[in-house]
Amino acid sequence: MSYENRYSDELGQDPVLKKKTARRKKQELYQKTAFLLIKLSAAAAILTLIIIIGDIVLKGYPAVTIEFLTRMPVNQMTEGGILPCVIGTVELILLSLLTAVPLGVIAAVYMTEYAADGKIKCAVEEAVNTLAGTPSVIFGLFGMALFIKYIGLPQSLLTASLTMGLLIMPVIIRTTQEALLAVPKEYREASRALGATKWETIRCVILPAAYSGLITGIIISVGRAAGETAPILFTGAVYYYPKLPDSVFSPFMALSYHLYVLATESMNIELTRSLQYGTALVLLAIVFSMNLIAAGVRRHYKKKLSSN
Amino acid sequence: MTKHSLRDFRENFMKSLFLIGGIGTLLILLLIFAFLFAESFNFFKTYDFWDFLTGTEWKPGASPEMFGLLPLLAGTAAVTVGAIIPAVPVGILSAVYISELAGPKTADILKFAVELSAGIPSVVLGFFGMIHLVPRIQSVFDLTTGQTALTGSIILAIMALPTIISVSEDAISSVPAALKQGSFALGSNHWQTIYKVILPAAVSGISAAVILGIGRAVGETMAVMMVTGNMAIIPGSDIFLSSVRTVTATIALEMGEVAKGTEHYYALFTIGAVLFVITIGINKIAEAVKRKHKQVT
Repeated sequence: MSYENRYSDELGQDPVLKKKTARRKKQELYQKTAFLLIKLSAAAAILTLIIIIGDIVLKGYPAVTIEFLTRMPVNQMTEGGILPCVIGTVELILLSLLTAVPLGVIAAVYMTEYAADGKIKCAVEEAVNTLAGTPSVIFGLFGMALFIKYIGLPQSLLTASLTMGLLIMPVIIRTTQEALLAVPKEYREASRALGATKWETIRCVILPAAYSGLITGIIISVGRAAGETAPILFTGAVYYYPKLPDSVFSPFMALSYHLYVLATESMNIELTRSLQYGTALVLLAIVFSMNLIAAGVRRHYKKKLSSN
Repeated sequence: MTKHSLRDFRENFMKSLFLIGGIGTLLILLLIFAFLFAESFNFFKTYDFWDFLTGTEWKPGASPEMFGLLPLLAGTAAVTVGAIIPAVPVGILSAVYISELAGPKTADILKFAVELSAGIPSVVLGFFGMIHLVPRIQSVFDLTTGQTALTGSIILAIMALPTIISVSEDAISSVPAALKQGSFALGSNHWQTIYKVILPAAVSGISAAVILGIGRAVGETMAVMMVTGNMAIIPGSDIFLSSVRTVTATIALEMGEVAKGTEHYYALFTIGAVLFVITIGINKIAEAVKRKHKQVT
């Protein structure tokens, strides 16, 4: 400011300079306005997130008690807990990982380690990208057509898990691929120079080095599998099932679908508000803790890499 | 078998296993295609193709049953457009804030927050919308129901934001520092540099972000289904304040109740195929635009 003042005092009468100063002032005003808008936008984005999470946490917290987590829903789901939904969601996650992780890791290893740059690699890459961008409801349709109508499986935990497995597979493939690509080339060369074969190198050198990246991918897909509803809508999740799922061929209740049911179709929507908030909070807590753990693993991994 | 040949055998075995795994991914995609289109084909055996494509009524229960695509497409288009209008400016400006104005620590925190919000399950967002947006929109606009395209748009905007922010942030951050320094050296201030140099240099990446955001909005199911009212009518001039039904919501709502092998069942697969083709198209465009971005920088 003082610089500007002196500047204009000395040469203040020069009309060209006066015009230049005016232009600069105008530009500064533009900048101020633009930056204000930018800051407001960022604030709006963050505020939305805070409001949503805050609302779910504040209203859900009183509902989430030990009893809520360990009891069956009773009285036409207007009272009681969400035990079968918690167990159903956990089983769904585990079973879908069981299909998606081996397949996903194999596909990722194939693409980074085995495939030569060519048509097959290109096609597989394209397929992974397309699958990653496919809406979840399409997976639900496909699961229903293939597993239920064509193969003849019942609407069950198994069918829903297979469908969910297909949905999270692209996530696992992509994160594994990234992790494998981050392993330095020297590791491979050194291992091969010591006489190890390709598979020995992958098993003993590359996969261990990419381990944390792989774990991150799995954790992220756990969050995804917990939250998705559309793929399990017509493949196995049910409105109400009075028992805990006792076999993979029985239908099951899941947190995400349970929240949908309580909020839209239950006997008394207003009456079960606190149950709904409780379910939403448990679901959100699972997804967010997965995100936090994944971020922690990634950070740890980064530190380890940079210290090497 | 000697040790050597055993090793060779194992090597070849693993190689084929990995090849099969890779091809397996391709196979899954092909199977999805095959099933969607096979079931659609069954639909067109009994329902006229043009009647489907240009039909203005979706009435599965009526006699004769009507399966017109247009009202569903209109619903999807309405909520998507409504979501993109606020999400694009807010998303891009937030990305500018993270990559240009915020300090490194704030930027890290914000990036993590964006990641978190991308992970909020859509059913939770739909629930939030039902409780807080639906009654407000009903009272503000004095409507009979607050379940409108506008409500869906707001929820979808919140869902599309993380995609738009993180992809545009990547694009902005990858603009070479030399461009920025050159602009400063010529006497431009920070905003002029952002507006005239950085944003134009990142334009294809940002466009890709917008397109991916559109893709996310088009394919979203649960949240939209919970707040839009699901009326399959072609909205008129009050498009945003009327209840709409999207393609995704129709599949999710009707698939559970329909008997397998009926015309209605096949009709749902047909709109699934339409949705699949639309999202593939959107993703392909985003990829092409992104590739252009790589050539620029």
